[in-house]
Amino acid sequence: MEQIQIPPVDLAVVAPLITVVGWAIVLLLVDVFFVPAGQKRITGYLGIAGLVMAGAVAAPLWGSDSSTFGGMLVLDNFALALTWIFLLIGAISMVIALDYLPRQGIEQGEFYPLIMFAVSAMMLLGQSANLIVMFLGIELLSITLYILTGFAYPRLSSEEAAMKYLLLGAFAAGFFVYGIALIYGQTGTVQLFSTAPGQESLAEYLGRQTFAAVDLTLLLVGSGLVLVAFGFKVALVPFHMWTPDVYEGAPTPVTAFMSVGTKGAALAALLRLLDMALPSLQPIWLPVLATLAAVTMLLGNLGAIAQSNVKRMLAYSSIGHAGYLLLGVMTVSERGVQGFLFYLLAYSLTNLGAFAVLIALEQRGEAAWSLDDFAGLWQRQPFLALAMAVFMLSLAGVPPTAGFVGKFYVFMAAWEGGLGWLALVGMLTSAIAAFFYLRVIARMFMQEPVRDVQPQLFRGLTLGISIAAAGTLIFGILPTLLINVVQQTALAVGR
Amino acid sequence: MLTDFLPILVLFLVAAFIAVFVIVVSSLLGPRKSTARKLAPYESGMEPIGPAITRIPVKFYVVAMLFIVFDIEVVFFFPYALVFRELGVPGLIGFGVFFLVLIAGFIYEWKKGALKWE
Amino acid sequence: MTDAVPLSWVLGLSGALFCIGLFAALARRNLVGVLMGVELMLNAAIINMVAFWRYLEPRFITGQNFAIFIIAVAAAEAAVGLAMIIAIYRNWQTVKADEVDSLKG
Repeated sequence: MEQIQIPPVDLAVVAPLITVVGWAIVLLLVDVFFVPAGQKRITGYLGIAGLVMAGAVAAPLWGSDSSTFGGMLVLDNFALALTWIFLLIGAISMVIALDYLPRQGIEQGEFYPLIMFAVSAMMLLGQSANLIVMFLGIELLSITLYILTGFAYPRLSSEEAAMKYLLLGAFAAGFFVYGIALIYGQTGTVQLFSTAPGQESLAEYLGRQTFAAVDLTLLLVGSGLVLVAFGFKVALVPFHMWTPDVYEGAPTPVTAFMSVGTKGAALAALLRLLDMALPSLQPIWLPVLATLAAVTMLLGNLGAIAQSNVKRMLAYSSIGHAGYLLLGVMTVSERGVQGFLFYLLAYSLTNLGAFAVLIALEQRGEAAWSLDDFAGLWQRQPFLALAMAVFMLSLAGVPPTAGFVGKFYVFMAAWEGGLGWLALVGMLTSAIAAFFYLRVIARMFMQEPVRDVQPQLFRGLTLGISIAAAGTLIFGILPTLLINVVQQTALAVGR
Repeated sequence: MLTDFLPILVLFLVAAFIAVFVIVVSSLLGPRKSTARKLAPYESGMEPIGPAITRIPVKFYVVAMLFIVFDIEVVFFFPYALVFRELGVPGLIGFGVFFLVLIAGFIYEWKKGALKWE
Repeated sequence: MTDAVPLSWVLGLSGALFCIGLFAALARRNLVGVLMGVELMLNAAIINMVAFWRYLEPRFITGQNFAIFIIAVAAAEAAVGLAMIIAIYRNWQTVKADEVDSLKG
């Protein structure tokens, strides 16, 4: 019998990923064996420790550019930057959930391992250079999020949101695999780009073709289906119907987590697919994506105006922000990638903070999320009101906050990429968006309390809000701190 | 190429014809005399008891769910079983990791009490 | 054997299966039915994968690999879906999609 040679596995490439997954599995068992009911907070602390450790494991890998598992997983600065952003998102989500879960009476230890699994899936998406891995990443992320969305069982809205999310997510998964199958049928490969000389890949395949000679129908239809699936996952406009319901029904820390994490991870994967595998098809997909981005920015922000429920308003506004993130994805340029990363971090911190403020206003049994409940918050809880003001300003893109720099960055990228009209649409919609963000601020500072809402602050919540607010302000006032890092994530886009 | 399938087409047609023929002819020629015994769901079988659609205890669904997941995970054993000699020790290590993850899931569900029938 | 059935037939089958699944997912009122429709869509993709592997690239087993992964993921999704349908049934006493509408969409 002939020995099959297994290609050597470079564990360094997957070290952060293995840390998170391994820790999550062990944590699941530790939780069920050793952590008594009612003390599940301990699991949360352990989970946060695991995420921090993964971040430390990733630190010495900065600057590496390698791949393993036959090129299926790559590790470059782009993937590493994403890894840290996702670890941060996961950690903040856990911190703000520590007190939320027992207060809502839904404290289960599984919450924290599930968040870790979702974080590992997002990291996998950031590192994937293969459509199979991408599919596994998206599905691992989605399935954990279905469970997390329905975590507030037996609360009806939570179950309903989970079911809606699951049906639409599974629907999108069908499109995704069918699209991949068609791409595979045309090209005979599911590898995005070659990581070793002679390796077959989509980029290779397209590089060999002269366009007039070959019929690319299968590849184009397949890419279209994949794009539809991404549209569902990221909530781009024609595919966004589920977002407000799911975001409203899910437990608030989960909403915070998925409103930033899913978008970031899926768009990062889309960025790799478009910029590294299909850049030569840009003349074909750019108009499609540009239209999607424009419609997304417009309808997301217009939809938010009509909402009086702040949680739903943030859900709609997150649709709009997906449009801004898409700006950075579709300009195949270093500036676009940098803008995407900066915007993602700024938006993540801001949105997590905003949802954390909502948690403080949420009491057991009833949620105080209407605009009236924010009236006069300044007099009752100055800290909360100030933090919320910072987050709203950042979401609206007002200096000196991180949101402003992020918007500036992606608009620049779009402008330089020859998409001036799109940058204009972005600015216009930002102006529209400022209206409903500032409305919240006006309520908090200029009106008397309408209803008797007692916001409750706990240590974890205070910590989460403080970190988010501090990050938003620091990266807004001193953006060069982050820009220097982001600029090293040149990616292989120009390669 | 397509002609290879002609016999199958003929078979389909013959089968369809016989089925339609028998039903039509028997309904035209056969006598219709229904008795209570003939109208019973099982003409010469047991008396039916209760409605066919009843509520099934939720325990069955839990078992079904666990079965689906573990059943499919075992599918990954088959490709490995085909080539495990050729893969040697590295393959064994790799598969051992997969198996450990599977075992972790199993221990979890056991400890959670999902396997208890009471 | 591969010349007996041309590739286009297999693709036609999978296309038809995909469309049936799509229709079921969009038109069924029963949540279990919707889930089954989605599974059909995934199965269509599996048929496509295996067919393309057999006819175009039999040297690399990418297509087969992917088929197994899709099956595993579909099973996980079905398990979670089933669990959720049970949870919803306990709450609402129904599994009809349009009766589950406490959130305004």
